[in-house]
Amino acid sequence: MLPLIEAVNVGKRFAGGIGREGTLALAGLSLAIHPERPSVIAVVGESGSGKTTLARLLLGLVEPTEGMVRYRGEDLRRLGRDARRAFRRDVQAVFQDPYGVYNPFYRVDHVLAMPVRRFGLAASRSEARDLIGEALRAVGLRPEEILGRYPHQLSGGQRQRVMVARALLPKPKLIVADEPVSMVDASLRATILGSLRKLTDEHGISILYITHDLATAYQVSDAILVLYRAHLAEAGAIEPVVRRPQHPYTQLLVSAIPRAHVERDWLVQENEMPRNGVGLTPEGCVFADRCPHAVGLCVAGPPMLHHTETRRAIACVQYREHAVLSAGALGEVLSP
Amino acid sequence: MTRPVLRVEGLSVAFDHPLGKVQAVDDVSFALMPGERFGLAGESGSGKSTLALSILRLIKPPGHIEAGSVWLDDARIAHLDDNGIRQLRLAGIALVPQGSMNSLNPVLRIGGQIADAFADHGLRLGYRQEQRRIAALLDAVGLPASVARMYPHELSGGMKQRACIAVAISLRPKVIIADEPTSALDVVVQRQVMATLARVQQELGAAVILVGHDMGLMAQFVDRLGIMYAGRLVEVAPIADIIARPRHPYTRALIAALPSLEQRGVLAGIPGLAPSLRELPSGCAFHPRCALATDRCRTKRPALRDIAGAQIACHLA
Repeated sequence: MLPLIEAVNVGKRFAGGIGREGTLALAGLSLAIHPERPSVIAVVGESGSGKTTLARLLLGLVEPTEGMVRYRGEDLRRLGRDARRAFRRDVQAVFQDPYGVYNPFYRVDHVLAMPVRRFGLAASRSEARDLIGEALRAVGLRPEEILGRYPHQLSGGQRQRVMVARALLPKPKLIVADEPVSMVDASLRATILGSLRKLTDEHGISILYITHDLATAYQVSDAILVLYRAHLAEAGAIEPVVRRPQHPYTQLLVSAIPRAHVERDWLVQENEMPRNGVGLTPEGCVFADRCPHAVGLCVAGPPMLHHTETRRAIACVQYREHAVLSAGALGEVLSP
Repeated sequence: MTRPVLRVEGLSVAFDHPLGKVQAVDDVSFALMPGERFGLAGESGSGKSTLALSILRLIKPPGHIEAGSVWLDDARIAHLDDNGIRQLRLAGIALVPQGSMNSLNPVLRIGGQIADAFADHGLRLGYRQEQRRIAALLDAVGLPASVARMYPHELSGGMKQRACIAVAISLRPKVIIADEPTSALDVVVQRQVMATLARVQQELGAAVILVGHDMGLMAQFVDRLGIMYAGRLVEVAPIADIIARPRHPYTRALIAALPSLEQRGVLAGIPGLAPSLRELPSGCAFHPRCALATDRCRTKRPALRDIAGAQIACHLA
């Protein structure tokens, strides 16, 4: 069966100004989302790692400069009118800012009624009401507390859950959630992420969870992609990647999370970080300058993606004993 | 016996609002020893940032300090005139503001912004001496001297944050207030910036107040932690005690809300919403969200009591 969304060696370079080199936002990445096996896939990386660019490419909001994104086998750029409409229905987005997406002059009902009208989801007004009520309840909100209110009357957590409810309305197959909880309080994060997880478990919707927060990714995801400076560092099932990270960057990322433990080793580790003196080369590994294990081989050429375990792939020369994973096979490594 | 460098006594801050007064900080007292790292944690709206800003008298109308006093050594901050408070800011107590990467002047080179701090506090240095001090400050926060000639947009987020720390320590303050200094940074950069802050703080012997909501960061950085809820301190204790044995139910909930890296599927939120500061619940402000609440909690507000080396405001502690 054709994947719902397939990234085929997709990459994006933003053009520079006159006399300036462009910026590589994402180097060729392949990925497939299969509707019959719904799961939550986390895309983790720091700012500038290319995670948001990946989200925007999959949503068709930016055009790739390399490779392509396919929707049910067809290039996104060449979708006909009906196919584009189906794509817009099947793939929904939840963005970071639960404040900026609302028009303050409209009641929140507006943002929920829009997809119902746009996709003709309901035959009558009462049917539309039921549909909206159902979507709100699915994310743990009580419709009577939400409908008829203005955005400023809702809390940040409520607003963000309304956005999840909105994304749920057209019964999509995939929701791309770009930093959905980075602007809400820690105490509310759990609730919002819980409602996203429920969409996968109970409604069969796959979720691409874009975040810089490895800890929440660990809590809700089945699989994970770790990006660093536009390149894939490590990918695989969530448990082994977070518990036993193999790529030096993932190891750094996991160790840099401050733990609520009595043992205080966090700052000590920082002060003991080795400085390797290896520089970056245009063709070498992008992490070479910060990597504690960097060797000459790292700057000679780009690291290949090595298949170290059934459900894990690492782009690092340390694992060169392992077979090289073909670009198209990443979807298999990620799928449950 | 060493004396506290900073004392906050019975501080209350309110914001006037047409629909009624908002009590953002309500009768908060604590003392800070020289060189101590003190944390203030709580959800948004708990009053932790307002408390930090009111120490520097940086609250703008309609907000105002209603009661209480703040002492830096023997100087009562409320009694300073405008010029006095200007001199105290930065030289006595320095602030690393929230989102401080955006608090740098975009059209001024970093070196110029540090030189401004000197000039503003009447420090007259020759050009050479000034350049040397700027280079030394940048070096202290781990930035190369060339950063002095750069504009903020040429720096990464972490470098901007370090530049802000360089400005903050430029006049060797006794207290550094850092209001969520790393909330916009990635974890790897966050650790670098916090290590920098720890290092310069130790070199200066300055005390630090770290404001934030990340209990992991607090656990790894501060010596003592105050937990704020609805404008009040509800627990103050040495950090190891708070992490190992949180006594207030709200503290326990805050720690539990931190996503674990050891065990999956245990992500727990804090039930309910933070109360509106305009109409606080009767009794203990946390009782509507507390699983252990009794009738006494619903009617009588618990005072902050000394219990075994800590202070807790809970009837059940």
